[in-house]
Amino acid sequence: MTMMKKLLTSAVASALMATGAQAAISDNTVKIGYLADMSGTYRDLAGPNGLAALEMAIKDFGGKVNGAKIEVVSADDRNSPDTSSSTVRRWVENDKVDLVAGLVASSVSIAVSKILEENDRLGIVSGSAASSITNEHCTPNHIHYVYDTYPLANGTASAVVKEGGKSWYLLTADYAFGHALEGDVTRVVEANGGEIVGSVRHPFPTQDFSSFILQAQASGADVVGLANAGADTTNAITTASEFGVTQSGQTLAALLLFLTDVHALGAETAQGIQLTTGWYWDMNEETREWSDRFMKETGVRPTMVHAGIYSSTLQYLNAVAATGSDDAQTVRKQMMETPINDMFAKNGRIREDGRMVHDMFLAEVKTPAESRDEWDLYKILRTIPADEAYRPLSESKCKLVNN
Amino acid sequence: MTMIFGVPLAVLSGQLLIGIINGAFYALLSLGLAVIFGLLKIINFAHGAMYMLGALVTVVLFDLLGVNYWVALFVAPVLVGAFGILIEYFLLRRIAGQDHIYSLLLTFGVALIIQGVLTNIYGVSGLRYSMPDLFKGGINLGFMFLPYYRAWVIVVALLVCFGTWFIIEKTKLGSYLRAGTEDSQLMQGFGINVPLLVSLTYGFGVMLAAFAGVLAAPIYSVTPVMGSNILIVVFAVVVIGGMGSIGGAIITGILMGIIEGLTKTFYPPASSAVIFLVMVVVLMIRPAGLFGKEA
Repeated sequence: MTMMKKLLTSAVASALMATGAQAAISDNTVKIGYLADMSGTYRDLAGPNGLAALEMAIKDFGGKVNGAKIEVVSADDRNSPDTSSSTVRRWVENDKVDLVAGLVASSVSIAVSKILEENDRLGIVSGSAASSITNEHCTPNHIHYVYDTYPLANGTASAVVKEGGKSWYLLTADYAFGHALEGDVTRVVEANGGEIVGSVRHPFPTQDFSSFILQAQASGADVVGLANAGADTTNAITTASEFGVTQSGQTLAALLLFLTDVHALGAETAQGIQLTTGWYWDMNEETREWSDRFMKETGVRPTMVHAGIYSSTLQYLNAVAATGSDDAQTVRKQMMETPINDMFAKNGRIREDGRMVHDMFLAEVKTPAESRDEWDLYKILRTIPADEAYRPLSESKCKLVNN
Repeated sequence: MTMIFGVPLAVLSGQLLIGIINGAFYALLSLGLAVIFGLLKIINFAHGAMYMLGALVTVVLFDLLGVNYWVALFVAPVLVGAFGILIEYFLLRRIAGQDHIYSLLLTFGVALIIQGVLTNIYGVSGLRYSMPDLFKGGINLGFMFLPYYRAWVIVVALLVCFGTWFIIEKTKLGSYLRAGTEDSQLMQGFGINVPLLVSLTYGFGVMLAAFAGVLAAPIYSVTPVMGSNILIVVFAVVVIGGMGSIGGAIITGILMGIIEGLTKTFYPPASSAVIFLVMVVVLMIRPAGLFGKEA
């Protein structure tokens, strides 16, 4: 029924466009709501600096789209699906928000996407990790832009197994995201001829990892895999280095690390760790130029999420300008038809399940000797082509994909 | 290999030792809380924030002035303790004698403000602090690799705990403290400056938290929010030990470290809840706590 309604709406919208009808931008305003963790565990990877990236995009676009105003509102998601749901409900029902951007904790993104679907507005998820966001939780109203757990496992886990790390012990954060990542890693390790010899699910968050590191050491596995994020990962890495995990011949594989995490650890502690990233600030002239501007605004180098927020906002505004509409389905269709070529991605494209697929990168943290300054942290080892990185549509459980 | 409930003995010994180390941390933190509650009847919800300040000040002193770990071990607690005295003098003093809930809410508010302001300045990813060179590496005990730093933590934490217990329970100064809070008017009559005593006691309790923070700086991610999670656990430890019982806080701290460590081995998902489970059971059997006096 809703599907039918959406088809009708987009049909009407395209008909309007075809006849050259103008002023399809509602209230002559494009309103963007930025929702992210502004004060908790996930603040630094997106947070206030993500809002700065969003505002940079609007400024670079010219501040207006087809003569219509662009307005931004923002809120702290408190990493809570409940708080976020009521914020977004207010945004779409009372404040006429057209696009919800940011979206960090996976649980928040899943909850918000349902509200966006009910109200037929658009959401662009830049911070979340769970691959289920465009799989069983896909909707015609959101796009997942930067990365997800599927390429994280594909990139890092397969590289480590190919280097001889056959037996794995996993430290998994005991909530939806950790479980998703654990599943994706297990699949990749086993597909490459390795095996999971043990795992421990630790509470989220955990400060002291010494017990778990000791268990990982006792397991005798080649690789200690960290299926967690943020402070859990940095704490686990610090403790692993204190307890001599790498010295005793085990490899440490962090499956989700942001530039801000590596920066917090420093090259001294994090050197040699391999990780998968969707983007790195020091890849080419274009990324450096944009990152310099970002740093001037914020004082720090951007994470892949910051870059993704900037890129996706520009893509969105371009689509609004091209269609002359801020209707969710019209804009989404236009975005799907437009390949993404900018400082963030080359030949990126948005699939029907809402997944933006683009090349991912396997990186290694530099040694202190190799690192020029505090943000010179990654060497890119390998480009993982988009089609190899992400879950193929043939395996998709998304309702928008005909399998 | 000898196995106990499917866990090799070597692993179990390691986990026991880790439990004792973490327990020493809990003991140090709950000790400060117990001192503040036992002597001043203030429920100090800012204790986690003071622990965090201890760690943060250590890092910032190093970054700005190159102050090393050993100096920080003294300077950071003194600075944070002085800050605690300011809080006591300007805020807590104004609600002295009111219901406990006032001090709880006030200190909770103070903690949120400190945490919020520092999050804005430093972010939450964690600040870098390297291990002092002396403590790099560790020793292989046969059943586990013991980093030197953890060995140091356990020794110094237990020394400080014992010293504090000794001062409060066994010295003249300690008897003044206890008497001053029991009947402040009488003590004033004896010519003892009770308000000063109160300020210093609060400052001392805060110093203990900050000291634990300095100990934590090289091994945990130092962030403005690091105190908020540990606070609740430490409160549970104090409740189990008996609110205000100083010896009780120390013994319970170590005991809970061990129980938590063993839970992390046998059933990790319960490890964040096990201390609260113990708390419920203890409160049902002995409402005043293991070492508390029945009111």
